Amino acid sequence: MANAMSRRNFVKLSGIAAAGLGGASILTACGGGSSSSDDSSIKVGLMGPYSGDVAQYGLAVRNGAQLYVKQLNDKGGINNKKIDLDTQDEKGDATEAKNVYDKMVEDGVVAIIGDVTSTPSIAVAQASVNDNMPLVSASATAADFIKYGKNAFRACITDPYQGKLMADFAAKQGYKTYGAIFNSGGDYEVGVKDAFVKEAKSKGLSSVADPQGYSAGDTDFKAQLTTIISGNPDCIFCPNYYQDDGKIVTQARQLGYKGVFLGADGWSNIVGGDQDYASAADLEGCYYDCSFTVNNDDEKVQQFIKDYKAEYNADPSNFCALGYDAAMVVMTAIEQVEKDGKYKPSDDDYKQAIIDAISSGSVDGVTGTIKYDGTGDPVKPTLVITFKDGKESVFDTIEAS
Amino acid sequence: MTFLTQVLNGLQLGSIYALVALGYTMVYGIILLLNFAHGDIIMVGAYISWIVMAQLGMSPVLAIILSVVGCTVLGVLIDKVAYAPLRNAPRLSVLITAIGVSYFLENGAQLVFGADAKVVPTYFNLPNPQVGGATFNGVAILTVVVTAVSTIILTLLVQKTKFGKAMRAVSEDMGAARLMGINVNNTISFTFAVGSALAGIGAVLYSMAYTQATPTMGIMLGTKAFVAAVLGGIGSIPGAVIGGLLVGFAEVFVSAMGFSVWRDAVVFLLLIIVLIVKPTGILGRTMNEKV
Amino acid sequence: MDQELNGGQERPYVTAKASKHGGGRKTLSTKKRYIINALLFVAMLAIGQGLIDGDFISRYQTTVIEQIGIYIIMAVSLNVATGYLGQLPLGHAGFMSVGGYSCAIFIIRMMPVFDLNMRSFVTGEPMAVVLFVVGVLFGGLMAGLSGLIIGIPALRLKGDYLAIITLGFAEIIRVVMLNIDGVVGFELTGGAKGLTGIPSYTNFLNTFIVVGIVLFLIHTMMKSRHGRAILAIRDNEIAAEATGVNTTYYKTLAFVVSAFFAGVGGALYAGCIGVMAPAKFGFMKSIEILVMVVLGGMGSMLGSVLSATVLTILPEALRAFADYRMVVYAVVLILVMIFRPQGLLGTYDFSMGDFLEKLINGELFRGKSKQKSEEVEANA
Repeated sequence: MANAMSRRNFVKLSGIAAAGLGGASILTACGGGSSSSDDSSIKVGLMGPYSGDVAQYGLAVRNGAQLYVKQLNDKGGINNKKIDLDTQDEKGDATEAKNVYDKMVEDGVVAIIGDVTSTPSIAVAQASVNDNMPLVSASATAADFIKYGKNAFRACITDPYQGKLMADFAAKQGYKTYGAIFNSGGDYEVGVKDAFVKEAKSKGLSSVADPQGYSAGDTDFKAQLTTIISGNPDCIFCPNYYQDDGKIVTQARQLGYKGVFLGADGWSNIVGGDQDYASAADLEGCYYDCSFTVNNDDEKVQQFIKDYKAEYNADPSNFCALGYDAAMVVMTAIEQVEKDGKYKPSDDDYKQAIIDAISSGSVDGVTGTIKYDGTGDPVKPTLVITFKDGKESVFDTIEAS
Repeated sequence: MTFLTQVLNGLQLGSIYALVALGYTMVYGIILLLNFAHGDIIMVGAYISWIVMAQLGMSPVLAIILSVVGCTVLGVLIDKVAYAPLRNAPRLSVLITAIGVSYFLENGAQLVFGADAKVVPTYFNLPNPQVGGATFNGVAILTVVVTAVSTIILTLLVQKTKFGKAMRAVSEDMGAARLMGINVNNTISFTFAVGSALAGIGAVLYSMAYTQATPTMGIMLGTKAFVAAVLGGIGSIPGAVIGGLLVGFAEVFVSAMGFSVWRDAVVFLLLIIVLIVKPTGILGRTMNEKV
Repeated sequence: MDQELNGGQERPYVTAKASKHGGGRKTLSTKKRYIINALLFVAMLAIGQGLIDGDFISRYQTTVIEQIGIYIIMAVSLNVATGYLGQLPLGHAGFMSVGGYSCAIFIIRMMPVFDLNMRSFVTGEPMAVVLFVVGVLFGGLMAGLSGLIIGIPALRLKGDYLAIITLGFAEIIRVVMLNIDGVVGFELTGGAKGLTGIPSYTNFLNTFIVVGIVLFLIHTMMKSRHGRAILAIRDNEIAAEATGVNTTYYKTLAFVVSAFFAGVGGALYAGCIGVMAPAKFGFMKSIEILVMVVLGGMGSMLGSVLSATVLTILPEALRAFADYRMVVYAVVLILVMIFRPQGLLGTYDFSMGDFLEKLINGELFRGKSKQKSEEVEANA
């Protein structure tokens, strides 16, 4: 049968193959090293998951960031230098993210836009401290992302900030009791939930049952929802991603819950994309906080939507807008550094100069005005979005406190 | 009232697990193979429903028929391509192949459909009957009924028909069955067809209840049903139903008691305890290994 | 690698040789073989470190090489349970996470006690080295302990049941890592957000020293009486029991050893990546390691080492191929099982000692293929 190839030959062959592959990868990497930033272009890294099970977020961020860079390059780039985006897939995996990061450092990038999801972002943030590499994430909401060094920034609001904001919102709406259901396997969901519970307590809201956790990949939430609904809460806080949220809202309505759902920015995409994850009737009157919605009359936002549609023939999501803004933060800082003209991209000080420029600057992004007050967390406004007849609309804009 | 609702929740979840567990048990009963890919067959069934209704805009009835037929064909195909060449190979090799098939279906689906969940449109609008102030979920009731009917039909099939007799004979002793003139290959294919058709029905009920298809949906569902089948005693039809309901109720009541984050751990712990006390599961037969 | 064939097949091999060649053949004593292997290994480490220090190997490549080392440990350790013992545990990633978490938590908690900071591990302060050694051992021991807890009930079951029960235990480990903080009341594992701020205590040199030690220990164990007992159980459990092998003891032993080294691999992994999250150690990770073992050949140490190397480099070398990687893995797994169920290398292992013996006896390039094929038949 297949014994036709003797083991001995196989050993030889696989040895040759392994050696060849190793050699090839070393050669590729060496080749990559030579094309770092020079006089005609500035190299910036862009990383995220473009395959694997969180690819949708990575691709959305990539689209937004690439759009901004394209617009910038069309206008002549920065200081007559084109921005050269070094785009790498990390598959949503911390190991891969670290490898991609090391590779980008070798390729001579001056700053990195990324990463996208929390655990890989933290792995990259930890590694980047030693290189003082400017890091601007569009969507790493985990609190820890910025705590390792002064070089990490994010364009989005954090998990704890959102939880607190929604608890304050619930109190303002006059809700007295709440229930909570969250993915106990997700850092984002747990982070938002914890902050919500803490703030709700201080605002005098009472919980009808312990916050109900579920596992990643669960599809049946009826047991948890039955427990919550039996306490008849004024609102249910549901800070998960839209796919789970859709199922949770639908199942809660089937169980007879008529009250309001409150969510966080994981809800964006629940309607308005290719498909709706919950029906218009079920979502009516629910709220969530977010930085971006296409149903925003703001001129800047409408221009962005028009440009995005022209480029990709689809509506941008929250992640696209944040990707666009993260790219804007990085490029504005590079522009500043180039204008000062003190350092060349190959200097180590160039990176510190970018970091300083991000810290002290301010950009007028599509998700609001972003500036950093000495931390990596942005000071920016947040929208509270509500649903009416299956359409999203801005209910309130909450300025940064 | 809350208690009654929780009982129905447990029944619905348990019924879906039982339906999937029946598929595992059928295949194991006949060729002693834990068909790891069974949960993923359900995933394919859900995607078929999505394609037929959401993409092609055809009727729900057609979607149901195509899902069940599609799953059946896929099940038989998997057996012919991946398992049949290994009929006389060590059990470990077949098991690894089954893992490979499962892995292939999941990642293939991710490649074709993407990682984002697809919303399966509603097949029918079922009323949610209200009894004494509590709302009962129509889909849940339908699920329980369909599972009960499927189990009865399956039991009759195995006990009363000629094919059932052949299946039992092959499961007792494949060599002897062949000598008695039973077409072993056809019988095995038939078993895969029945098991996968059940997976197809499971796919429809699942899509009705949970409305989304994702490439990885089969993993958790498959694993839990698999636990249910082993718990009940793999190879036994009533065992699969008992195991399914047990897992369903365990999950619901652990959540109801406020320990929802420990739910999966409790299910596996239950399995481990049962296996230690009775290594063949609740209704499993003890088989002495021949030297 | 530069390790020898496992012991079970050593004896018939030598006798077959002796009968064919009479007394005139030069042989190497076991002691000499070990010395040669040790020297070669040290030379390899020195060359590797030299290339890194001289910037011939970049940091990115060093990280990938470290990961190769870690996956070699993972594959070789799983091979003890799968290839040598003949069981199919599906929870290897669970042991990896136990080892990783234990070691990382231990080191993080001990850092303030010994007044160390994140940089201490990079610069290699003596106390940091001690902490690293103790931490990795601690990680291994905790994983070994969980292997014992899991093994005692699991090994009462056979085949499929063992597979499912180990899968269940790995899930329980994952759920515990996720929720333990709420039970103990303080931050231990960091729950869903993961354990962050792990100092990068893993580097090329210590990874490959550990790889060398692991290969050596597993090799010598398999050459010993214990190893032969384990192989006997694989080949026929009932016969082994009848000839007086304490099957329960040896099954548990193999299982615990497998878990211990998986824990060691996990400990190195934590230091290499710097962040641990429970979600990464699910069923998929276990399968990834299993694919390495199955592909290389169940029972072949060289096979595990080669396939761990190739399967770690491949996705890095072919990033564009990322989308298809998992599908290709699956197809390869199925095809290997159908056409070559014993894995690509079967139970074949390379032995530097034998190689040198052939070299000094001038047998290397003489037509030995006939004899070789006979041997292969005998070994299979």
